[in-house]
This record gives sequence, C-alpha cells and structure tokens, in this order.
Amino acid sequence: MRRILSILIENQPGALSRVANLFSARGYNIESLTVAPTEDSTLSRMTVVTHGNDATTEQITKQVNKLIEVYKVIDITEEKHVERELMIVKVRAAGEGREEIKRLVDIFRAVIINVTPKTYIIQITGNQQKLNSFITALGNSAILEIARTGACGLTRLDK
Amino acid sequence: MNITGAEIVVRTLQELNVSHIFGYPGGAVLFIYDEIFKQNKVKHILVRHEQGAAHAADAYSRSTGSPGVCLVTSGPGLTNAVTGIATAYMDSIPLVVISGQVPSHAIGQDAFQEADTVGITRSCTKYNVLVQRVEDIAPLIRQAFHIAQTGRPGPVLVDIPKDITAQIAAYAPDKSPIVMRSYNPVAKANKQQIKRALQLIKNAKRPMIYTGGGVILGNAAAELTKFADKTKFPVTNTLMGLGGYPANKKQFLGMLGMHGTYEANMAMQYCDVLLAIGARFDDRVIGDPTHFAREKRQIIHADIDPSSISKRVAVDVPIVGYIDDILKELNSGIAASLPEPKPLAEWWKQIDGWRAKKCMNYKKATRIIKPQQVIEALHEETRGDAFVTSDVGQHQMWAAQYYPFNKPRRWINSGGLGTMGFGLPAAMGVQLAHPKAQVACVTGEASIMMCIQELSTCKQYRLPLKIINLNNRYMGMVRQWQEFFHGNRYAESYMDALPDFVTLAESFGHVGIRIEHPKDLKAGIKHAFAQKDKLVFLDILTDPTENVYPMVAAGKGLSEMVLAEDL
Repeated sequence: MRRILSILIENQPGALSRVANLFSARGYNIESLTVAPTEDSTLSRMTVVTHGNDATTEQITKQVNKLIEVYKVIDITEEKHVERELMIVKVRAAGEGREEIKRLVDIFRAVIINVTPKTYIIQITGNQQKLNSFITALGNSAILEIARTGACGLTRLDK
Repeated sequence: MNITGAEIVVRTLQELNVSHIFGYPGGAVLFIYDEIFKQNKVKHILVRHEQGAAHAADAYSRSTGSPGVCLVTSGPGLTNAVTGIATAYMDSIPLVVISGQVPSHAIGQDAFQEADTVGITRSCTKYNVLVQRVEDIAPLIRQAFHIAQTGRPGPVLVDIPKDITAQIAAYAPDKSPIVMRSYNPVAKANKQQIKRALQLIKNAKRPMIYTGGGVILGNAAAELTKFADKTKFPVTNTLMGLGGYPANKKQFLGMLGMHGTYEANMAMQYCDVLLAIGARFDDRVIGDPTHFAREKRQIIHADIDPSSISKRVAVDVPIVGYIDDILKELNSGIAASLPEPKPLAEWWKQIDGWRAKKCMNYKKATRIIKPQQVIEALHEETRGDAFVTSDVGQHQMWAAQYYPFNKPRRWINSGGLGTMGFGLPAAMGVQLAHPKAQVACVTGEASIMMCIQELSTCKQYRLPLKIINLNNRYMGMVRQWQEFFHGNRYAESYMDALPDFVTLAESFGHVGIRIEHPKDLKAGIKHAFAQKDKLVFLDILTDPTENVYPMVAAGKGLSEMVLAEDL
C-alpha cells in the first residue's frame, strides 16, 4: 500500500542523508522524497512516499521517529489529506500535433512555460494519478524529457 | 575563561566526571593530546589498535553503567574504531567517541588521513555530529553524553576538525539539564497498559518471564528479582540478559535461544502469557518467528524503544518506558492479583519434566579436556563472582551456559554484532574500572588473535587479567556449522600455524601456562588466579570435536532443538 510520510526534521547538515540512510539500511523502499525548509527556518519538512503493509509502515514510522533530529512524523495517508506533485515535461510539438498538445494542456489545466518552434515545456501539478494520466494522454512518442518533484502533502485537519 | 578548543574538550570531559579515556594519538588530535598531557584528572589509556580502544571503553561502560569514552585520530584511527562502535551500537551501550578530523578547510579535499567520519559512522551510532565552531565543542560533548545514556542507550560520535581544537573560545562548566525539542525519550509507561498487563499476569496459567539486556542496561535487576519472587513465575535470560536475574534461583530456567536450555525454550514456546522485558525477540532467541507464532499466547512487551515492539513478533500489550519504572509499577500493582496456586503448580510440573532431560550434561573424558569442564573449573575457582568477558564462538556459548551469573554487569560479551576480538580489550576496560576485581577473558585461539596486540597495553598498565584460551585448533563454531550443514567440509576453519601462546605471552612480559590433561585443569586455574598481580595466559588444549548443545538451527523453531543425547 502506498503511504505518504510527512517528517519534520531539524534543518541541519546531513538531515536528509540520515533519513535516506535509514531507509536503505533497513531495506525500506522510497518512491519519492522531497525536502525544503518550513515557515520555521530551523525545521525542514520531508515528504517520503513509500510502500508497505501496516506493520512495515508502523516500523518505518517508529524507526524514523527514533532519529535524534526528527521532530515529528505522521503517516498522512492515515488522515484526510491533500497531495500535490509538480511535473515539467518537454514534448515534441511540431506540425499538426502542436495544436493537439495545446488542447491537452487546457484539458488538464496545465501551463506551457517554454516554447520553441519544435517543442513545448509543460508544467502540471496534481496528485500522482493525474500526472500519470497526463503522461498517458501525451503518448510516448511526444515526450522528450520529464522532471517530477515527487509528492508533498498536508493533512486537512484543523491543526 | 578563554581557552583553546582542545582544552575545552578535556575540561568538558572532566566536568562530566570521565575517569578514563581509551585512545591512540595521531595528527588530527595532537592539540587534544597536548591538553591530556597537562592534566591528571582524566586518565588516558593507550591501546595498541583503535578497535581495542572502542571495545575497552564499551566494556568499561558495560561493567560500570557509566558511559565509556574513546579518542581516535582522523581517517584510519576512526575506521579502525568502527568495528568497536558497531559492537556497542548493536548491544545499546553508551559510548562517546571523540574523533579528530582534518582541518575544516581541508574537508572534502581528499586530505591526508581524511575520511567521511560522520558518513561512515551514521548507521552504527545513535547520533553523530561534525563540530563546526569552537563554541559548539562543550555543548556538543555534553549533548553526546546525554544522548548516549538516555532512552535506549548507544554510541555517539563527536568529530572535531583539527583547526577548531586550536581556536579560542569562552568556556564555563554547565550542569544545566539538556533540552532538545526533537529528542525526548523519557516515556512514562502508559497506565492503561500496566493495568492490562496486571490482568494478564493474574489470569496466567503458564506464565513465563523472558528478559534481555534491557534489564542490565536499565539497572532493573533488583526490581526484576522482586517481581519474580512475588509471582513465582519461571524466568529465562537472553545471552545479553544473563545476570539480570540470579542464576542460582530455583525459578531460573537458564539461557534461552539457539543454545539455550531445553526447559527455557520449551517454556518459551508453550507458555500462555509471556512477559518480555528489555528484550527484542532476536533471531538467535526465538528462531523462526512464524514457528514461534504458531502457539497461541498473550505477549506483554516492556521496552524503552518503541521500535523494538512488534518488530519481529506481534505483541498484545506494549509498555514503553524505563524498565525499572515499569517493574516498580507492576510490583506495586501485583499484590492483589497473584495467580491461583494450582494451575502454576501444574505448569511447574511440566517445566520440571523438561528440566529432567538435563540438557546441559556432557560426557567427560580422561585423556582430553572438555571445554565445559574448563568453564566449570573457572566458576569454582572464582566462586562465581568474577567479571567474565568473552570473544565470539563456541567458547562464548560455553561460558554463557556453564558460568552461572548471579549479578548484573558481570558477563561482558558481544551479543548483537558478534565481534571476534572483543574479549581481551573488553577485559582491559573492566579491569581498569574495577582494579581489585577478578577479571577473566574466556576466548578461543581464533578470536584472541584478532586483538592480540592488546597484551602490550595490559603490560603497560599492569592489568592482571586471566586469559582462558580454549584452544581446539579450530574456529569452533564455524567448524560446528560446517559439520552440521556443510557435509563436514571444514573450509578454512582449521587454525594452522598457531603461535606458541605460552612464549607469546611471555614475550609480552606476562605469564603463559599450557594445560593439556584433565587432571591438571583445576590446579592450573588455581595457580593462575593465585598470581594476583600478573596477567596469566592459560592456553588450554580442549577437545577439537566438541559441539555446543542444545542447538536450534538457524531458521528452525524453538521446540525443534537438537540435544546432545539425540546424537
């Protein structure tokens, strides 16, 4: 089962490698990992997408919590939550396909952020499913390069 | 007071009442050594290899409860210590390692004796940190001691670049409590869980107490004994937990696990309520977890580390907190909830049936010394009251099986990592912490060679250790597995070209004695211990074919033991 862990960690050198090291040392998988400072510049928020059953996720959460610099860990997939990921895609946009791609961009509420006579770079945000659907809609032949940030998320709770 | 970073290091160690540092000098720590030279409050012990420094500091801690401290230089100094740090990490031993680092400006330049110390030790320390400013030295060392000793203990490393030890900063002692927003391990046990545990204890028909190193580390042996006295429940200890409950008590079923007793393993398998206290259901303890889970039983698990709970075995009542506190709460709650005497009597009858197998019996021989005999003779000579360190292998198991420990912190061995080479430097750490005590190192001719250089350290500090070398000319445990599981093909496990241990010991300035015949054994051991101020190396030739029994093969269940009599 796909899980999103939201980790608040002291914004210190090596914090990212402590978490990454823990996952590799204990054989847990990381699908994606994002990290950036929060509104409190002494804390970073790390969002890790991983896979595991309840027991594995419980172990992962406990092990992450044990890291000295970790302030808080929550499995946001346990709660109502929002999840977003940013993707930018460079596509071949020449000839008659160029218009079709523009239409797809509108349907998915994406944005074209760079234009050359032969290519577009498209920016799109959404959950993992939406981004995957967009890739499918574009079709393999159009896509030149993809860069994705990995998911970040927050719970919908009042606090 | 403005002083150098190096002086801050030494003053902070003094402030923290550190009595001994185990170390080895080198370029990156020269300023620190200069300050060690100028004072005599903290005694420095010069080892012969940094692995020895880490093991000695580790065992100092195991035998006293105070954190051990070691000091190594950058690069190879640190990498040599890594085995010792990992050993302490696996057994949750509070150890503080101070390592020198190349100057700040040289970091990342592939400088002479540079290593990514923080990177290398990340997965074998509880916490580690690179000091970046001279002002941070004292607070980070204090914090290291705090982290090492609180919660589930473990090694903490502080890496200090050379230039920072030469810079000047203000220093004042600071005894105020350490506050870290992201590290608050002190958990008060959940009242509700204590209540549930008491309920299970009350209704248990076939109860079992299984305790590990957590009872030793948490100084909870006295409280555990009280608990066992009150409940009359049977008790077993893990390899790391020996001495946590007096072995001479009738309720003690011996060690459990891969080489545990028949009665302990059977009671573990067939109990209906299991109290796991400061133990972690390790693979060497319960064998195959699915086989273990086949029998229905309720499990109460008390541990300081939440991640130990339900890690390998699903637990019904988790209690997170300091073991001593938890046992106190259980003891005070227990008065009204003692189990009915009758079902317990039946349970004890069943246990006595298992005991009647006498699984620890072994056949003595007239011409060749059996290793078990040696441990029994050692126990007799030291009246069961010595500190015993061991290396890793068959001798370690025999020491654990045939030397009953009645007190905590007397049995010092590398349980988790299983580090050959641990025994001799560990014995040094114990002897320095307890100068008057009898300290024996039970080892084998393979293990002892891994840190043999420390005989030189023993000479320098006149450490009167008694080294009991069970010399069977094999890496015994490897040979045993090859006999059982690899068709008697003894690949590379025969110890050819061994040194003459007697003259080897003598060349280091110690006494060496060889014992070859069973009739000379007791007198030889007596003679060794009579030389109170000398290190005596007893090279005892033992039966090369002897195996450790009982045995639960790796991946098998606890009730699938092989006993000596089955063969």
